[in-house]
Amino acid sequence: MQDELIAIKGMNNGLLISLSTTENWQSVTDRLASRIDEQIEFYAGADITVELGSRPVPKYELSSLKALLERRGLKLSRVRSESDTTRQSARALHVSTENNLGNISRAMPAPAQETASVNPEETGTQGILFRRTLRSGRTIHSDGHALVFGDVNPGAKVIAAGDIVVWGKLRGYAHAGAMGNESARVCALEMNPSQLRIAGHLATSPPGKRPNSAPAVALIRNNQIIVEARE
Amino acid sequence: MAGKVVTVSSGKGGVGKTTATANLGTSLASLGKKVVVIDADIGLRNLDVIMGLENRIVYDLVDIVEGRSKLRQSMIKHKKFEHLYLIPAAQTRDKMSVSPEDMVKLTDELREEFDYILIDSPAGIERGFRNALEPADEVLIVTNPEVSAVRDADRIIGLIEAAEKGPGKLIINRLKTDMVERGEMLSSDDVYDVLGLTIVGIIPEDELVLSASNSGVPVTLNGESKAGQAFNNVARRIAGEDVPFMNLNDNPGFFRRLVGLFNGK
Repeated sequence: MQDELIAIKGMNNGLLISLSTTENWQSVTDRLASRIDEQIEFYAGADITVELGSRPVPKYELSSLKALLERRGLKLSRVRSESDTTRQSARALHVSTENNLGNISRAMPAPAQETASVNPEETGTQGILFRRTLRSGRTIHSDGHALVFGDVNPGAKVIAAGDIVVWGKLRGYAHAGAMGNESARVCALEMNPSQLRIAGHLATSPPGKRPNSAPAVALIRNNQIIVEARE
Repeated sequence: MAGKVVTVSSGKGGVGKTTATANLGTSLASLGKKVVVIDADIGLRNLDVIMGLENRIVYDLVDIVEGRSKLRQSMIKHKKFEHLYLIPAAQTRDKMSVSPEDMVKLTDELREEFDYILIDSPAGIERGFRNALEPADEVLIVTNPEVSAVRDADRIIGLIEAAEKGPGKLIINRLKTDMVERGEMLSSDDVYDVLGLTIVGIIPEDELVLSASNSGVPVTLNGESKAGQAFNNVARRIAGEDVPFMNLNDNPGFFRRLVGLFNGK
């Protein structure tokens, strides 16, 4: 899905939403609202950084953006901007600011200008890599794939528009194809998620079930999630 | 040599942080170390009760931080050990009265005089925990072999790692070997499997702990108590000794793994 007005990408600590610097503010925010509403599950609870480039955004506009996000359960945590006006507006709303030129993508060392509207089926899709165990309370979002070198413990969440690969034990929550891609898969060395979602499908682990200890792949077949062991 | 700040933490309340802090403090003191224990649970102090020092409190942590008392005069000396001191929490204030920077400043002063500064962290993940975490050189995470305590420990370990104080070491408290054998309680193996931290102590369930806490005489001073012995072993491990784990009739696979761990695997 190519979008001229908005680019959304996952970062370690939430989502980065880049808004067009030239297009009419109203149409940009309207588009943002509808993008979020289409995939409300994917965004729920995410920590948001908004990138506004050089556009000067007065306080009332930023405040309406913040309210727009909050109504949908999202928290506007940071604003990246080169404009003093915008940064002043952010400070007035108690939102922290980052200068675009300084510390771009500390969380994800990918080129900042690249659009995030990726097709997860393409080869070479971007994703995020997390190189330690995800412990309870931690959530990672990716608009591409998500790769975890470590365990995903109970109480931790991985949400990705593409595939999820866990090089470790998956015991928390995983949602692959979170923006509707039914061909997305979840792989883990030990597949014991508390809850597994692929696109709009949901599977939970039945109580008392013996834990799987073999590597497995979860995917959708005949309209339901199945888990295939790969021994 | 500058002293070491060890914070005792858990996430969930009631798993035995304060008991562990009091016992490790007395154990380390009985090994001849100079020890000060700090109760960082402002508003809900009880380390003083468990250590039997409640009625000697004149000044507390908040008094020191706010400059109403000198550090020296606020430390309460233990009845039995010459080199064991307590800095009690304030009972009438809340966690916001102390900042993480205050704790760093205080512990830096204490490092010059003591070998170990033990901080008893409050339950939860808010300010009180931040206060206890900020000055730490090492963090001990106390958990019980039950799912909810392990979940909270996991959360806390994540926060400790994020603060670059981690990953910390684990004390599994109140293990009942008979329940583990019946499969009704998580084994230390199960806990290790989720948390993946080095285990420095497995403390068996022991009624003597409660009576010791009520009487203000830490259980480590009771030679009869298995839990007391286990806490003494933890203290020796913290002090750098290589102490084998007691046989609690836990499953043998676990002990093999521990041997691997402590041989520096």
